[in-house]
Amino acid sequence: MDWTSKHLLGLEGVGRAEILAILDTAAKFREILDRPVKKVPTLRGITVANMFFEPSTRTRISFELAEKRLSADTVSFSTATSSVKKGESLRDTARNIEAMMVDMVVIRHASPGAPHFLADHLDASVINAGDGPHEHPTQALLDLFTMRSRLGDLEGRSVSIIGDILHSRVARSNIWGLRTLGASVTVCGPATFMPAAIEGLGVEATTDIHEAIADADVVNILRIQQERQEGGFLPSLREYTNLFGIDSARVAEMRPDALIMHPGPMNRGVEIAPDVADGERSVILDQVTNGVAVRMAVIYLLARARAAEKVEESEILAEVEL
Amino acid sequence: MRKLLLKGGRVIDPATRLDERIDLLIADGVIADRGSDVKPPDDAEVIDVGGMVVAPGLVDMHVHFRDPGREDEETILSGSIAAAHGGVTSVAAMPNTEPAIDTPSWVEYVGSVESPITVYPIAAITVGRKGGTLTEMAELAAAGAVAFSDDGSPVSSGTVMRRALEYASMVGKPIVSHCEDLDLVAGGVANEGLASTLAGLRPIPAAAEEAMVARDILLARTTGARLHIAHVSTRGSVDLIRRAKDDGIAVTCEACPHHFSLTDDAVRSYDANTRVNPPLRSAADVAAIKVGLADGTIDAIASDHAPHSLEEKQVEFDAAAPGMIGVETLLPLTLTNLVQSGTITLERAIELTTTDPANILGIPAGSLEIGAQADVVVFDPEWAWEVTRDWFRSKSKNSPFIGHTVKGRVILTIAKGEVVFRDEESTGFDDGNAHEEDEPEPRELPVHARG
Repeated sequence: MDWTSKHLLGLEGVGRAEILAILDTAAKFREILDRPVKKVPTLRGITVANMFFEPSTRTRISFELAEKRLSADTVSFSTATSSVKKGESLRDTARNIEAMMVDMVVIRHASPGAPHFLADHLDASVINAGDGPHEHPTQALLDLFTMRSRLGDLEGRSVSIIGDILHSRVARSNIWGLRTLGASVTVCGPATFMPAAIEGLGVEATTDIHEAIADADVVNILRIQQERQEGGFLPSLREYTNLFGIDSARVAEMRPDALIMHPGPMNRGVEIAPDVADGERSVILDQVTNGVAVRMAVIYLLARARAAEKVEESEILAEVEL
Repeated sequence: MRKLLLKGGRVIDPATRLDERIDLLIADGVIADRGSDVKPPDDAEVIDVGGMVVAPGLVDMHVHFRDPGREDEETILSGSIAAAHGGVTSVAAMPNTEPAIDTPSWVEYVGSVESPITVYPIAAITVGRKGGTLTEMAELAAAGAVAFSDDGSPVSSGTVMRRALEYASMVGKPIVSHCEDLDLVAGGVANEGLASTLAGLRPIPAAAEEAMVARDILLARTTGARLHIAHVSTRGSVDLIRRAKDDGIAVTCEACPHHFSLTDDAVRSYDANTRVNPPLRSAADVAAIKVGLADGTIDAIASDHAPHSLEEKQVEFDAAAPGMIGVETLLPLTLTNLVQSGTITLERAIELTTTDPANILGIPAGSLEIGAQADVVVFDPEWAWEVTRDWFRSKSKNSPFIGHTVKGRVILTIAKGEVVFRDEESTGFDDGNAHEEDEPEPRELPVHARG
């Protein structure tokens, strides 16, 4: 196995062998999820804290389920129930959690770099479950897993990501992972949602939806957040739907075997038409199931890397004592 | 008052176009004599500064000493001690304190606090720095204000800025403009470009700065008033200012060491010490700043020394207070990133940190002429060393340069004729520190007493 890192903070800089190590491990866990007893004792005694400083339902539940299926002990909190509302700093919150002897922290936070900040201040392993518009590596990994399970090797495949690229951590993590596995990536959305110098990530950028979807093997549709309209990025959701929404007419423009993906939660009728979301090209529910397996793989590999590190440390200490 | 003879240094005095290996005699608080083989009076301390550069004490026209209001981060005294440590003997202190420096009594306070160096107050443009009513500039100038600025809170109203320029020109003082259109900043925290896109940090477009630089230049043309633009950071700003100068508009500007020493790539570490307003910019912007410093478009190098407590910096990047300390690293960063790299000459570097800012502010500093106030810095231009957290004397330690190796180090600072800083490590060259390894031939101790 090629995974030795203590943290998973993003997919930028993560190599092909490492990504494949996660996806191959996830494939094994995916089989377990089809068994009558969906639980393994692998992480007995390991404690994972899920720290969600931003509202999240599916990612949090997916992580919790992954942890429970590995028999880890878990504690979860979200901002609504934590002392963060009382003005405690992220550093203090984290150190308090760690003082309770937690081995791993899963963090969702609105500030880019918050997981990196924690990784600098904690001994625990840190998993980034989404940091502002920066990265959401487990989402990208489950997307890669889903694409691979349908398409096989992604080398030479083309993937189009449609929507609010500027504010999307899903887009950034997908770009890194897809580029590393040899796929080509096109990002498409309104000019107000296109980040500066996005071509610097090795992608094609276009505001023409027809061009973006014509030759794609995969069309990954991002959620459009209501508040973006209020922020002045869009004149109206209606116009967004007209220009970029994926309905059956646009699906007809795609290759007949193109996959439709969405990280959820969906705004049906805005970025994706209901019949497309539920249609036969849609693999959106597969993504959700695969998400649990991928997160099991990430947690497992990090725990193992952490254990290996501890063993090395104790060996070194043993030598010193001799 | 004590007498000091600085012997055998390379004396550079841009004001008199002097660059020679001579002696400098300081007595009674002034430059008493200069020339080869100056005979020291019997009661003079003689300091051998062979191999060292002797220059006017540095003038840092942009510092935040947080006094009154945030004395936990810096005080006028602690900031002055830090300045002396950096070879800086005159500073202009910004008025964004709590309360703001907008009354004559607060101006007098800033100017009268006991300090080893000279602290010149800059007073607010508008009452409370709120961008509305003009301050009583005539009284503030009489109390000692050398310029007016609402630094940190740009004057958003064009009409208020126009009247401020007109009114300030009546009292003969420049307006120092912090150029950021906050509407265009739109809550951003990092320069818009590849780095902000990669880091997912909310972007600040270069146009946020340039739009206000352009506005203020046009207002300076309209009013004929003297405008000084603080911390110029983009290529577009440099171009606008160059053209304005060609057109004869009375505009000057400064650049900060962090804007020519770091690019926005640094924010990808999420180190909160790299968060600053205006933000660290692209490599193309850094290159344009260097061209501007070399061709005279940029008139001064100033630190924008902005101390912040650990609590304000040991947080998420976008929650961190913007700004970094810099009065102590002003000279080493200038020497390392402008002089060593061949962008400008040593004489130009000294001009940019002494004579020129002194002229902009109209203060008696930046000169080694006989009779001038004895503000002198002695530095070792060859000493390569690593900036460490403990090296700083500022109350705050928020520097992104900790861990960086720089070349050039202040070893002696004299302000108002008194030694206000002497590097203890420089007397320990015999201990085989990194500096000595760089030096092929052993030298005498640079600092010793006689008599």
